[in-house]
Amino acid sequence: MKKQILLGNEAIVQGALEAGVDFVSTYPGTPASEIGNTFAKIAEKQGIYFEFSTNEKVALEAAIGASFSGLRCLVAMKNFGLNVASDALLPLCYTGIKGPMVIVVADDPSCWSSAQSEENSRAYAYLAHIPMLEPADAQEAKDFTKLAFEISEKFKLPVILRTTTRVAHQRMPVIVNSKFKIQNSKLKGKFVKDVKRFVTMPPRVLEMKEELLEKIEKIKEFAEQNKINKIENYLPAEARRAKAGKLGIIVSGVSYLYVKEALEKLELDLPILKLGFFYPLPEKKIKNFIKKLKKVLVIEELEPYLEKEIKILAKEINPKLEVLGKDILPQIGELKTEIIISAIGKLINKKIKNCLPAEVLLASGTKAGKFKIPVRFPRFCPGCPHTMVLTAIKKAAPKGTIFGGDIGCYMMAGLPPHELQDYLLCMGSSIGIAHGIGKSTNQKIIAFIGDSTFFHVGIPALVNVVFNKSNILIIVMDNLITAMTGHQPNPGEKIKIEDVARACGVKNIKVVDPINIKEMEETIKEFLEKEGVSVIVSRRICALLAKKQNK
Amino acid sequence: MAKSFNIITSGTGGQGLITLLQIIAEAALLEGFDVKTSELHGLSQRGGSVETHIRFGNKVYSPLVSLGSADLILSLEISEALKMLFYASPKTVFVINKNLISYPGGFEEKKLIQKIKNFGKGSKYIIPASEICQKELGKEVVSGIYLLSYAVHKNLIPLKPKSILKAVSKVVPEKYLDLNKKAFELAKK
Ligand SMILES: Cc1ncc(C[n+]2csc(CCOP(=O)(O)OP(=O)(O)O)c2C)c(N)n1
Repeated sequence: MKKQILLGNEAIVQGALEAGVDFVSTYPGTPASEIGNTFAKIAEKQGIYFEFSTNEKVALEAAIGASFSGLRCLVAMKNFGLNVASDALLPLCYTGIKGPMVIVVADDPSCWSSAQSEENSRAYAYLAHIPMLEPADAQEAKDFTKLAFEISEKFKLPVILRTTTRVAHQRMPVIVNSKFKIQNSKLKGKFVKDVKRFVTMPPRVLEMKEELLEKIEKIKEFAEQNKINKIENYLPAEARRAKAGKLGIIVSGVSYLYVKEALEKLELDLPILKLGFFYPLPEKKIKNFIKKLKKVLVIEELEPYLEKEIKILAKEINPKLEVLGKDILPQIGELKTEIIISAIGKLINKKIKNCLPAEVLLASGTKAGKFKIPVRFPRFCPGCPHTMVLTAIKKAAPKGTIFGGDIGCYMMAGLPPHELQDYLLCMGSSIGIAHGIGKSTNQKIIAFIGDSTFFHVGIPALVNVVFNKSNILIIVMDNLITAMTGHQPNPGEKIKIEDVARACGVKNIKVVDPINIKEMEETIKEFLEKEGVSVIVSRRICALLAKKQNK
Repeated sequence: MAKSFNIITSGTGGQGLITLLQIIAEAALLEGFDVKTSELHGLSQRGGSVETHIRFGNKVYSPLVSLGSADLILSLEISEALKMLFYASPKTVFVINKNLISYPGGFEEKKLIQKIKNFGKGSKYIIPASEICQKELGKEVVSGIYLLSYAVHKNLIPLKPKSILKAVSKVVPEKYLDLNKKAFELAKK
């Protein structure tokens, strides 16, 4: 046992190794990407099967197959990935697993690296009835990963480990065990037919639901006993009364760290219930905790899921309890120590002025503290092939052309000075939405899509525009890599996008190196005049990758 | 150390801030401190603003430095230093690379430096690290190591230069180690 500084995501990898993981699949996405990147480096040496899958749904399905064959699996993705994978997730909870499975899902409060929405993936716990754990720091990220494997193995259900940016991208000294067994996954699996278990069809499917709900009840009992739901500072009643009028705190995830910090600064030791389980909740433990309190402050980032549950429990056990949460804490953006100090300060009537360090007030009160300086937007790297395409488009596209954006580096097309992006929603939607616009108007439309995004969910959208006879131009920005998330490989290595387009029935197809701006310009002009679906594959290696390879 | 030591580093994507963070964290661990850090990945790295948080001490909970509680702001670019002022107290020390990466709407160097100098009472070290590293070593990328070395040798960070150097060897890939060590030595002078 030794201490090693690990990133939250690296700690998850370490936990999985210590739990004897055999099979890992992922699709990259910040803030989860380093999990895949780390496994990509070590998998072979550790005897683990690892793949970057085409998208999150097939990543999960691959792991389901491995689990059904008895292997120990980990799947990692960012929050939006779970939306894509959710169609497989729900029935998986009905069938249950054979080999244990942990699904890491990384949320991003404040949208530091997420264009699309401030998604709170905790809702999937209710939707799928899937156990969900929430670590606060890198040590817990490791420990909870191991625990998740244990729960999964014991109760035969997949388990979600839900992180957020400040956990996934936090570093700290983590106690690691470097003596774990090297796996030899390929030889170990065996699929034993078991139709009753692996086939969801009525009437069996409703029996399965009953079994699932029974499992969740058992896990609830397990959660009651488990030490990751822990009570701190539970002082005798008189002491508490003297200190803060019977105020308690219930907290989960990284907010726990901010609470500890806040209480230290405020010199308070309020009772804390820290929940490691988000679902199912240890209801008895919570009831016990809130039974004698006058007020409880529920501290969680984004939507008030815990708060609602606790309000229900309070009704049963302590109807007079004042349950506070989102009425004094924000529902948008991540939390921080300062916000919690101010919320607790309000509740105990301690003047914030006295408990915040003077310098805070000074800094925010001075001119310099208020001084605003313009935002520095991210930029395309020098020599980026995406910018070459944008230059050609500026020259070739007639006024009024609609530009459909998609997810990847090329969404910076929307920023100044380019400003070539009229909508942006989710992966693959540039084509899907272009189709609807094309069917509703006779305006000209160009849809951009990256190579990784094309394979991810772009292909069904392409099939749809051909099948339903759209009139759009698609430009595939093929930089031969999944660039934005840190250069992960994608199927474009083996499967050519122009071949896929041809096989889907696209007639107008051309591959152009965007460095030939004139050729790109002319091709765009020519294709915009054609009837039906046109595809330009703009192919040139990501400039950053080329630089890396030359080093 | 009764209170934790709080560092904010800032710059633009690709300047090597994460390596710097790893080095400081490893050095703090070597000296037996508890450490927590926070960083951001993704699109912000494509030339946008980047800030990292590093905290070490006997016991550290939050990975984030609170408003007004940075002990040191180490910045690899001048505009990015100014953006960090809300983490500063009147006592905060600044170590800043005299290096401006201009961008649309950004301010000119003189104005930025004036604003920083006018803030609080903490010492401000504005050092042409990029220029020195380019001139002496032919590589600007090690300006972060240069500034870090400068800061520890001036006792602006409660860590020993020896620990930082050890951490450099641990964190920096073999290929670039020599260059980084040279930058570290260069700042001693
Ligand atoms: C469902 C989903 N999974 C993952 C992501 C994270 N993500 C954002 S951009 C991107 C890569 C896009 O790669 P590509 O289309 O090749 O464009 P490039 O960045 O290379 O220009 C990914 C995986 C996401 N936004 N949504």
